[in-house]
Amino acid sequence: MTAETDPVQLLTPEGQRVAHPDYDIDLSPGEMRDLYRRMVMLRRLDVEATALQRQGELGIWASCLGQEAAQVGSAAALRPSDFAFPTYRDHGVALTRGVQPLQILELYRGLTNGGWDPLEKRCGLYTIVIGNQVLHGVGYAMGQSLDGTDDATITYFGDGATAQGDVNEGFVFASVFTAPVVFFCQNNQWAISQPRERQSAVPIHQRATGFGFPGAFVDGNDVLAVMAVTRAALERARSGNGATLIEAYTYRMGAHTTSDDPTRYRMGDEVERWRLRDPIERLKVYLAREGIADRTYFDTIDREADDMAVTLREGVRRLPVPEAVSIFDHVYAEEHSLLHAQRAEFEEYHAGFVDQGVR
Amino acid sequence: MGSMRMNQAIATALAEEMRENSSVIVMGEDVADAGGPFKTSEGLLKEFGPKRVRDTPISEMGFTGAAVGAAALGLRPVVEIMFVEFLGVALDAVVTEAAKFRYLSQGQVSCPMVVRASIGSGLGFGCQHSQTLENWVAATPGLKVACPSDPQSAYGLLKAAIRDPDPVIFLEPRALYASRGEVVTGPDGLLELGRARIAREGTKATVVTLGRTTSLTRAAAQQANLDIEIIDLLSLVPWDVKTVCASVKRTGRLVVIEEAPHSGGWGSEIISTITAQAFASLDAAPFRITAPDVPVPYQRDLEALYLPSESEIVRQLESYLVTGVVPQPWWTQEGIAR
Ligand SMILES: Cc1ncc(C[n+]2csc(CCOP(=O)(O)OP(=O)(O)O)c2C)c(N)n1
Ligand SMILES: [Mg+2]
Repeated sequence: MTAETDPVQLLTPEGQRVAHPDYDIDLSPGEMRDLYRRMVMLRRLDVEATALQRQGELGIWASCLGQEAAQVGSAAALRPSDFAFPTYRDHGVALTRGVQPLQILELYRGLTNGGWDPLEKRCGLYTIVIGNQVLHGVGYAMGQSLDGTDDATITYFGDGATAQGDVNEGFVFASVFTAPVVFFCQNNQWAISQPRERQSAVPIHQRATGFGFPGAFVDGNDVLAVMAVTRAALERARSGNGATLIEAYTYRMGAHTTSDDPTRYRMGDEVERWRLRDPIERLKVYLAREGIADRTYFDTIDREADDMAVTLREGVRRLPVPEAVSIFDHVYAEEHSLLHAQRAEFEEYHAGFVDQGVR
Repeated sequence: MGSMRMNQAIATALAEEMRENSSVIVMGEDVADAGGPFKTSEGLLKEFGPKRVRDTPISEMGFTGAAVGAAALGLRPVVEIMFVEFLGVALDAVVTEAAKFRYLSQGQVSCPMVVRASIGSGLGFGCQHSQTLENWVAATPGLKVACPSDPQSAYGLLKAAIRDPDPVIFLEPRALYASRGEVVTGPDGLLELGRARIAREGTKATVVTLGRTTSLTRAAAQQANLDIEIIDLLSLVPWDVKTVCASVKRTGRLVVIEEAPHSGGWGSEIISTITAQAFASLDAAPFRITAPDVPVPYQRDLEALYLPSESEIVRQLESYLVTGVVPQPWWTQEGIAR
């Protein structure tokens, strides 16, 4: 097994700004506060959603606790015309692309199959069959270069997904066709009950070399480093140099989903060690120390998060339940005759009762 | 003999077969350390060790393809596809390779492997984690297909599947994993692939069920006191023509209840075969109760509507028994029930 190199870091766990020979980032105070705010709002959404699931208001929830910097930092590096392909856990990506928190909850409440318009948000729907979105992203990126734009694509996946054929096939296509795509792997150390060592015998980023593009290794809990590394990879893609694989080294602080009990397979002290590397805390320390944000600012953000939580709790219960007839919607562009007959029978019968005031 | 949940019955069958035959191995995602996402392999790692009970990287193509090779060279791998949908990425290994090895090699190389997969709706998992997909595999010569309906049949059929010399697709209705029942273990609990079982005796109609629809239909019959004969198919390939045909000759009527969409379902296969073989015995047109031709809805109430429910089965069977006329499916009746 090849030794792990140190991940790119611009902010230590203690909130010290450090230099890196290859990467740097120059953000305005406003941009840095914005990253902080996004991560706090994301975490509140996550905590709230977990609570709502426990209370029976959501069917399931996939927590991104601990992965806020990886998700927000990478998505913040995109420009509006780029395209992101997220997984079920990438709520920070969805939010940063402009998806509303309630749209995500609507999905996890089982009220919608999708949640948002992927073309409007330039953010794909969550993919839950592991690895698929990597191929979709590569295909989309191939289209971007055929269109002659300098837009790029980012596609997200986990450490576990790197074993899947789809992901490796996506790497091959991206490499052969020099597709403007960034492969963003959140190595959160676990794939349900399986530790990272079971997914790849070499560090994930090192696998890029064999496919013919560079691999970058970044501290996934350092939002500045994540943003810097992702920006560089996007720049490379835009300028026609093809793909990059980014391995963001992070940790899944919560269960795989609310249906999972991680105490069955992992040690609590591991979680505690990672708590010391919290992505939000380190940025907060840095902002405070540098005078970029003060207590008033942090309090304001906390209040905003509290308000959002209240709005979400109320909003989620008010979300409309889809009409029964909606099960026939969107199966085809134009319903074929058999399906049309099934819907027509349904509608006709149903309409009779509505006329009589029965629903 | 003892009471167990269906997932425990599966784990018990696996453990017994592994004890009996050292060439039986288990592979899949989260099957070892975690005891299976549905707890169907609990205790196996501890008893048989990591050589025989293997957590694999997340690649269904990887472990299913590896199982084909292992089976061809003498092992009896049992692989677990967490949700049958993920069979999609391993279909080549199953349909084009495992199913053809015996044929290609003129009988020299067989593929005695079992592909277990959880199937079905009812748990609010959405359209990519709720399908049954038995029709995908049932149309592939070279594969056998079995589907238990309770702990006993899971136990008995899985053992038969592992002992079978050909590849068997073993489809487990995931809504039944927690269902409890008495399980006769040992030789008396063994079932035979290709043999259906009469789940309820009756005289006015033969109702063929599979997997999840068996308990739903049994509950419907009990609740409405329907005089129907329920035949729990248990095996789809081969299916038990003899038992179904004999029953239809007694009752004169045939209904098939499927969880999958209407078009392209195996129920049509049953009806066409029985109609050809027992046409003179039929005193009414056979028909199928199925889901409509749409993906499985996500929202709970809509999903409940999709799956042929107990009340829907009662409604259709009652009307059929009285009139002999094929009833309209639920989607023409919506508005009555709610
Ligand atoms: C093709 C496929 N196989 C298996 C699964 C079941 N499954 C869901 S999430 C998961 C683990 C994924 O791990 P990783 O890629 O590391 O992402 P993470 O959940 O850690 O974000 C598995 C095996 C699936 N959804 N799709
Ligand atoms: Mg992971």
